[in-house]
Amino acid sequence: MKSIINEYPQNYDAFRLSSTVGTLAKRMDFTNLTPEIDLDRIQVTEYGVARPSLQLTGFFNFFAFKRVQIVGLVEQEYMKTLDDEVLAERFAHIASFHVPCIIFARNLQVKDSILDVCKRYGVPALKTDKETDEVEAEVIRFLRFLLAPRQTVHGELIDVFGLGVLIQGDSGIGKSEAALSLINRGHRLISDDLVEIRKVSEESLVGLAPELTRDFIELRGVGVVNIRAMYGYAAVKEFQTIDMIINLEEINRDKSADRFGLDHQYENILGVQIDKINIPVRPGRNMAVILESAALNFRARIMGYDAPADFMNRLSRCREDILDKQKSDLIKDLSENL
Amino acid sequence: MVSSEVVIRISQDIERRLASLIQVASEYRSRIYITTADNKKINAKSLMGMMNLISSTGDTITVSAEGSDEKEALEAILKYLKR
Repeated sequence: MKSIINEYPQNYDAFRLSSTVGTLAKRMDFTNLTPEIDLDRIQVTEYGVARPSLQLTGFFNFFAFKRVQIVGLVEQEYMKTLDDEVLAERFAHIASFHVPCIIFARNLQVKDSILDVCKRYGVPALKTDKETDEVEAEVIRFLRFLLAPRQTVHGELIDVFGLGVLIQGDSGIGKSEAALSLINRGHRLISDDLVEIRKVSEESLVGLAPELTRDFIELRGVGVVNIRAMYGYAAVKEFQTIDMIINLEEINRDKSADRFGLDHQYENILGVQIDKINIPVRPGRNMAVILESAALNFRARIMGYDAPADFMNRLSRCREDILDKQKSDLIKDLSENL
Repeated sequence: MVSSEVVIRISQDIERRLASLIQVASEYRSRIYITTADNKKINAKSLMGMMNLISSTGDTITVSAEGSDEKEALEAILKYLKR
């Protein structure tokens, strides 16, 4: 029996796409002018794009040949000034660097001599009707996403009130149980035990589950359970930005805990600073409620309300009032005694 | 049960001092209470309770401890408050 819950629609899974010219062409809807070349076998390694204008003039120093090359109107106009022979030779020179692909924007006409050169070097020539700047921006955006630096960490990734909470801690401390109790209260599982992280921009990380273990949680004593089968689609999520880390730790009497919650700790993952809080765990403590509160309190903070700071303000106002009163009483005493 | 009276002084860092006092109290097994001049009984290991002590600064308060290490606990608290 084929299980329906084991099949996710393929196109949903943009994070698992391979970084090839084929993926790029499919996503951007480029026409392959060199169908003899298998686009899926050509890797893209840099997210920047290049306009080969100077190379067309014959200048090849510092040629960014690892980048996707985009030919626009300027190049096209310049190409018109070149003899066919010179043009083919310049394109041969460009192709000899094995650039990932050459994209012709604005539906520009591509001469057969150019296509022949591309085929000879195995460099795909692609065509699109989009404007050049639009193609550049979209290609960079998509390649950046495809080529995002990645790392795998241990922990549970749960969406709690829309915040991506990465629960970490030593094994056996109850991470999976904490995750399950959150799911039971209506929050969503992204991944149990292992989280694949992608740095999609300079300040944001996105986490997802390894394909093999997605939807499953291991509960000691119970075994492996499928969250999507137990709770349905409302309880699972494909991917989620990571907003905070909650580290579960054994209660340690010697360690002085920050009782106010004023200390802000961070953890660096792939060069991104993520807020981190440590929560001491005791058997029988209702972790779901504590984790929910931690997430909500953090959410309030990023939305502009810092509860510990507000509390400290109230305390210091009270202290200042008392000090002021003491001072004025002292002055009154002194002036009466004079 | 042992108890003793002491005056808490106000200072610019009273919040921090009271927070540290909670740490001191938490090191002992005994139940430790602070009774204010207006007869509020505060658990010395509770943050919210102890912060209310700010409004009792300048007053005489009573520290009491009850448990297996009550003498040491009381001594430590008084030592901290008199510092």
